[in-house]
Amino acid sequence: MPNQRSKHLLPGFGLTMGISLFYITLIILLPIAAMLLKVAGMGLPEFWRIISSRRAIAAYQITFSSAFYATIINGTVGLLLAWVLTRYRFPGRRILDALVDLPFALPTAVAGLVLVTLFADTGWYGQFLEPNGFKVNYTQLGIVLAMAFTSIPFVVRAVQPVLEGVDESLEAAAASLGANRWQIFTRIIWPTILPAFAGGCVLSFARSLGEFGAVVFIAGNIPGVTEIVSLLIYIRLDEYDYEAAAALAFVLLLVAFLTLAAVNALSAWQTRYVERSA
Amino acid sequence: MMTPKRSSAEITLIAAAFLIAAFVLVLPLALIFSFALREGLAVYVANIVEPNTLHAIWLTIMTALLVVPVNIVVGAALAWLVTRFRFRGRQLLISIVELPASMSPIVAGVVYLFLYGGQGLLGPFLQANGLQVMFTPLAIVLVSLFVTAPFAARELIPLMSQQGTEDEEAALSLGANGWQMFWHVTLPNISWALVYGAVLTNARVMGEFGAVSVVSGAIRGQTNTLPLQINLLFNDFNVTGAFAAASTLTLIAVVTLVLKSILESRRHG
Repeated sequence: MPNQRSKHLLPGFGLTMGISLFYITLIILLPIAAMLLKVAGMGLPEFWRIISSRRAIAAYQITFSSAFYATIINGTVGLLLAWVLTRYRFPGRRILDALVDLPFALPTAVAGLVLVTLFADTGWYGQFLEPNGFKVNYTQLGIVLAMAFTSIPFVVRAVQPVLEGVDESLEAAAASLGANRWQIFTRIIWPTILPAFAGGCVLSFARSLGEFGAVVFIAGNIPGVTEIVSLLIYIRLDEYDYEAAAALAFVLLLVAFLTLAAVNALSAWQTRYVERSA
Repeated sequence: MMTPKRSSAEITLIAAAFLIAAFVLVLPLALIFSFALREGLAVYVANIVEPNTLHAIWLTIMTALLVVPVNIVVGAALAWLVTRFRFRGRQLLISIVELPASMSPIVAGVVYLFLYGGQGLLGPFLQANGLQVMFTPLAIVLVSLFVTAPFAARELIPLMSQQGTEDEEAALSLGANGWQMFWHVTLPNISWALVYGAVLTNARVMGEFGAVSVVSGAIRGQTNTLPLQINLLFNDFNVTGAFAAASTLTLIAVVTLVLKSILESRRHG
């Protein structure tokens, strides 16, 4: 049967399928299912009481607004870095390019330790900022900066390859037709990189929502002021309030699912865009 | 390198990029070593060989030695499966493997707690048989497998789908069996991506804080990994000790960046 042969011409289907399913079930699905069972077992009124408590809502507000501000910072900084790294050739470019990944390579606990030390009132940055009214440690500003630091690479790495692929003949044609640099950017470059930029921003936002290590060092963890959702979950575990921890973790898990869906949709958009313009 | 005359916009943007990099990336890196060494080399060494810190280093390395090979093998198997065969549920499989990367580390810890913890799904069974998973190094290994599950596959899948199957089909038609094909054709083709995946997995395993802090119990000298030890030292107001412990992880981060840079330039030829 030629059809059967061409379908499974290469060996290893059974073996790799076995390994993958075994691993995914044991390591990924079983633990997630265990938590979902815990949440399902607690009943809707109890679940709702926990996730709509005043302290939880304050934590959502702090987490989401901080992640939002951090994403705005990273969108701007990320676009600038991606632009400079792809468009210009200058000494130190490769080192700068490698350094951009530092926030991913550096453990979040180390990032938190460094940030809280930098912004302490006697720290390298804090001694100049605090007298001018910028208090970072133990404020929401600290949370925003910690989130921004740990997710810098997302936008840069999403935009860079697309920016490299922008068709330069289009830009040259636009310039020859009298378009100025700003028009070339807004009419040709920006529409091309927009899907990748949006995808990078979503990833950056999602990472910021879940960030824990860097934030706990700098936030001071004051309920209602600098208490993020991850930390509230951790505190509930410490108090042996497992139901509350499960319910709040479920909320964060749901957000993770939605993010993954958004990223998939954006990458489909990008693929369509590339295919259409090709 | 020949450079044409730069416009003022270009100079401003390059200067801005360097300024950002200096304040956000370079100075923080310098601060770690400056604080770790601020009381002299002797104190630094004493801080590193302090028994609890030394144990944390050992536990962190052992965890990485277990987790990285497992996730590399599984990542390679998964990449082979989804790039060489078309089957129903293929896209779902990829999405499930990606899931841990988009979850908060705290949630990753919590899901393991509800599987193996006293309140968890398997808790009563484990207790009845006198087995303990939570708050042991085994829990640290399991949760580390979870958080780094997508890392290797993520590097391999794009590469292997781009490479296609012609080399492998040629080897088979010349009479190679499956394993010969794998060792002599597939593995050399994906070796750099495998190393890259291992480097990224290792960096995350050694640095994982949130998930490990939920499942390890952070027992000093027993289940304290390096990131947890940094937190403990900082909370004990031993800032120099915390930075000494942090400097070891920072060195690994710097090595990771250098390897990543080298591997990427190799891959692009």
